[in-house]
Amino acid sequence: MQEVLIAGFGGQGIMSLGQLLTYAGMAEGKQVSWMPSYGPEQRGGAANCSVVLADGEDIGSPIVSEPDAAIVMNAPSLDKFEPAVRQGGFLVVNSSLSGRPAGRSDITVLEIPATELAGEMGNARVAGMIALGALVELTGMVSLQSLVDSLPKVLKAQLVPLNVEALGRGQTLAREGAPARAR
Amino acid sequence: MTKSASSAPAGGVPVLMKGNEALGEAAIRAGCRAFFGYPITPQSELPAYMARRMPEEDGVFLQAESELAAINMVYGAAGAGVRVMTSSSSPGISLKQEGISYIAGAELPAVIVNIMRGGPGLGSIMPGQSDYFQATKGGGHGDYRLVVYGPATVQELVDLTIRAFNVADRYRSPVMILGDGILGQMMEPVVFPTEKPAEVAKPWATTGRQGTRGRNVVNSLYLAAEELEAHNLRLQAKFAEMHSNEVIYESIIPEGAEVVCVAYGTTARVVKSAIAMARQEGIKVGLIRPISLWPFPDEAFVNLPDTVRSVLTVEMSAGQMVEDVRLALNGRLPVHFYGRMGGMWPIPRDVLAEIKKAAGREAGVAR
Repeated sequence: MQEVLIAGFGGQGIMSLGQLLTYAGMAEGKQVSWMPSYGPEQRGGAANCSVVLADGEDIGSPIVSEPDAAIVMNAPSLDKFEPAVRQGGFLVVNSSLSGRPAGRSDITVLEIPATELAGEMGNARVAGMIALGALVELTGMVSLQSLVDSLPKVLKAQLVPLNVEALGRGQTLAREGAPARAR
Repeated sequence: MTKSASSAPAGGVPVLMKGNEALGEAAIRAGCRAFFGYPITPQSELPAYMARRMPEEDGVFLQAESELAAINMVYGAAGAGVRVMTSSSSPGISLKQEGISYIAGAELPAVIVNIMRGGPGLGSIMPGQSDYFQATKGGGHGDYRLVVYGPATVQELVDLTIRAFNVADRYRSPVMILGDGILGQMMEPVVFPTEKPAEVAKPWATTGRQGTRGRNVVNSLYLAAEELEAHNLRLQAKFAEMHSNEVIYESIIPEGAEVVCVAYGTTARVVKSAIAMARQEGIKVGLIRPISLWPFPDEAFVNLPDTVRSVLTVEMSAGQMVEDVRLALNGRLPVHFYGRMGGMWPIPRDVLAEIKKAAGREAGVAR
């Protein structure tokens, strides 16, 4: 069972990232669930979603309270979810907007200036895809190919190529061990 | 109206869908051809889905001017023999109670969906289970019962919605789907059946005489007390039949179980996660998951193993189903309760702590 939490602010594509991961898990024959935070949300407000991937066993709670892996795309999400990550788990931090480095030493932390890198690629909105590409490379929870194959289910066709590129960028950064403290 | 190209998901293969939307598709596949509703979070994706899909199926979608109007439109369509559904969330379901009582009194089949949120009053839009009393103990006025289903997964939501239409027709009685905001909002893979629903003959429906038969009357008004009592006796006989035939539950009691948890819907999933954590710590815990909330599965509480020391009921409420658990056990075992309210939900670690208390073990472990 892999419990994943993806958090940031409304407009960063947080929900789509979670759905993409869910579709990829489904394509690999896993049990999957996706659950959005659905408070009185608005663009710019806090947004997060839970994804659970399981091999064989049924999924219990669809809401993740202690993630095995998390992506935090801004400072409030880092503050809120860094302490929640399970010991030995994984945390990908968007250091462009996180305000501070992550402090945990009992988990694997990868800090990526995802928003800046996405800007260099021509669209700041693919920042989350860079982070997701890095997370699946770190954890191996699904293959990058499954994510790529699932992109058309969550994005318009014309956006797919740039997002494929962003996923690959994240994978490369994770492989290179990335600048552990990119800031 | 021209029938537009269908946007229906494929049947027979898994598709990833939100609970609210999957419920709508399940209703359509069950032959529902009329939907009347009024938007309210966290179930608004359901009427939105029906607004898109119903015209594709030559069905009727109508956003009513209020919940009261919507439930009375359901009464009308059901009286005309159409498979009909309405949906809302807690405050909206309170508004519909008068109509539900009329529909039960007039013996009309209909499916009513409550995707519960925190209450009382306008409450919050976050998930809740605090409408259990309202759903299972009456809700509206008069002596009537609804079959009430509490699904825990999106697939079960689909399966029970289809079942709800069949049960409603079988007994000429309204059936309620009692979900919560989490189930409505979450996405899971779901497989829709490919077979078409069976045609159900409704010779009682008010479809127009067309010179071939006598008048059909759909009514819940019986001014003569003797007649109303006779009507009630007939209804009670029907409810008794529903009570004996329509119980569904899941029971997983491992050998040597010390504690048995009772939970329904999304909460049961959280409890399953907690039970898995308990097992890793060497504590054997069972689960009884009522799927039909009325009729309540009393039989699941008979013949529990001697090793069971106590029962723990977990709900997103101040403790409503726990009363039925106590009735079913009739004092044979101590019943503990753990609940969250107001749109908060229990998390597995907190349920685990309650399991340890119920097992008489020390609470509190290192995180």
